[in-house]
Amino acid sequence: MGMTIAEKIIAAAAGVESVKPGDIHTVELDRLMSNDGTTHLTVDMYNNKLKNPHIADTGKLVFIVDHNVPSDCPKTAASQKKMRDFAKANHIDFWEGKGVCHQIMMENYVRPGELIFGADSHTCSYGALGAFGTGVGCTDFLYGMVTGTSWVMVPETVKFNLVGKLPEGVYARDLILTIIGEVGANGCNYQVMEFTGEGAKTLTISDRIALCNMAVEAGAKTGIFEVDDVAMEYLKEHGREPKAVYHSDPDAHYVREYTFDLSKVEPVVAKPDFVDNLAPAKDVRGIKIDEAFLGSCNNGRIEDLRVGAQVIKGKKVSEKVRFLVVPASQTIYRQALEEGLIDIFMDAGAIVMNPNCSVCWGSCQGVIGENEVLISTGTRNFKGRAGHPSSKVYLGSAATVTASAIAGEIALASDV
Amino acid sequence: MDKFTGRVWVLGDDIDTDIIIPTEYLALKTIDDMKQYGFSPLRPELAGQIQKGDIIVAGKNFGCGSSREQAPEIIKAMGVQCVIAKSFARIFFRNSINNGLLLIEQPDLYDDMKEGDEVTVVMNEHVDYNGKEYPIASLPENLMSIIQAGGLVKAMRKLNGLD
Repeated sequence: MGMTIAEKIIAAAAGVESVKPGDIHTVELDRLMSNDGTTHLTVDMYNNKLKNPHIADTGKLVFIVDHNVPSDCPKTAASQKKMRDFAKANHIDFWEGKGVCHQIMMENYVRPGELIFGADSHTCSYGALGAFGTGVGCTDFLYGMVTGTSWVMVPETVKFNLVGKLPEGVYARDLILTIIGEVGANGCNYQVMEFTGEGAKTLTISDRIALCNMAVEAGAKTGIFEVDDVAMEYLKEHGREPKAVYHSDPDAHYVREYTFDLSKVEPVVAKPDFVDNLAPAKDVRGIKIDEAFLGSCNNGRIEDLRVGAQVIKGKKVSEKVRFLVVPASQTIYRQALEEGLIDIFMDAGAIVMNPNCSVCWGSCQGVIGENEVLISTGTRNFKGRAGHPSSKVYLGSAATVTASAIAGEIALASDV
Repeated sequence: MDKFTGRVWVLGDDIDTDIIIPTEYLALKTIDDMKQYGFSPLRPELAGQIQKGDIIVAGKNFGCGSSREQAPEIIKAMGVQCVIAKSFARIFFRNSINNGLLLIEQPDLYDDMKEGDEVTVVMNEHVDYNGKEYPIASLPENLMSIIQAGGLVKAMRKLNGLD
């Protein structure tokens, strides 16, 4: 029996010839990433619960402060200091304020074929470069940090055969929301979403990140793409080589298969309070909004800022709306400055902020109040996710979010 | 732990980690400080009503969302003995085992369950409610040993002869 990409990565990490779904293996981890959401808890456990603790390989660790940047209260300042001091004392790669953790990882670390644990649910983004990234809690992270290993149950793989090409004005963001709307918020629970086919080849690395990033919103352990010329070009630009390039075997087993015709995808939004609560964007036109957010590890890249800038150029943000623009990394921020995009957003009346998770995780910046409505390019729209329990979050593409910011209500780019 | 009985609180489908513990309370210093806000976006009064030994019964995809480990930790700190759901989100599942919170998958109980009633769990065999037996799978031994040790860190210490 052949193996899928995900199975091959796990087999290599477990040091065995082959694996099959349901097997439990001890695996060697290639890298471990943790952010300020929970690192202080890991540090507490490391210091207080272990006798003679040690780190298996500090070179594999990356700590990134991105969730509350800069810190918003003495409590977060204290937990970030704990993280900062620990990283320094143990010679751990440390990033602060440079970007959202997954964007930093994509720009600087992730290599095809690696098995990466991150103490953040959206670690599944790394499949855009053919790596197996998955989110874990801080106890799993601690175990990996101390032993260099962990256990995994080999997941089944679901095949997403992509055909055709996205139409003008429709984005990878619309595609992944459409896919999750179809399979459901737990439609791929414990499984791997493998994106393949001719349509997959038409997607940029930014698009692929947008798809893999939200695999967890369908319950998946990770999302993954085959490494192709597009991925190799990205790696070359960023000065990295693959660890290993795997392809799924022709006789690999898939538990289910779906086909999505990219040319048929249209602008969509996920309505409150679930990511799979899908509607065509045109059907929710006119819903009043208080805030719009363009950013996050899902949709805060230069490609997304270009889309937003193109929609808003020469226009103004509605007086009723706060429009938050948050580049996902400083690299992206600088590029946006060079291309004049930041001027376009500022001229329109947007609030441009430093790279961080921002209102996507409902803390620090842009938190919304009682009964307020946000339209967002963020990752989730759970009840109260962005602030007050009575507030509502709609998810849409950079184009839809920006158009809504101009209109003061949910709108399509073609409306404004 | 072979058999236990508890009063049941019924929650719905897709109970996500932002409902279990909203982001704004994550900055609080301890799990005990946070637990009063557990499930607050959905049922603000619930945290004050749950008592030690109670059981949560829920629908599909319990624990979906974030990897925040405070989610299973506060459920455990509330005194909940176990969560019985149609299905669990995977990161939450791992985090629960690692923190010694017992999770049981059962596809049918939720549909029949009335809040406030009691159920009896016979480990690895079935859940008894209203004179009916709802079969449950047995947990793999290595995962059960983590739960019984009280979580992964404690299991690690035990394994290494530290305790």
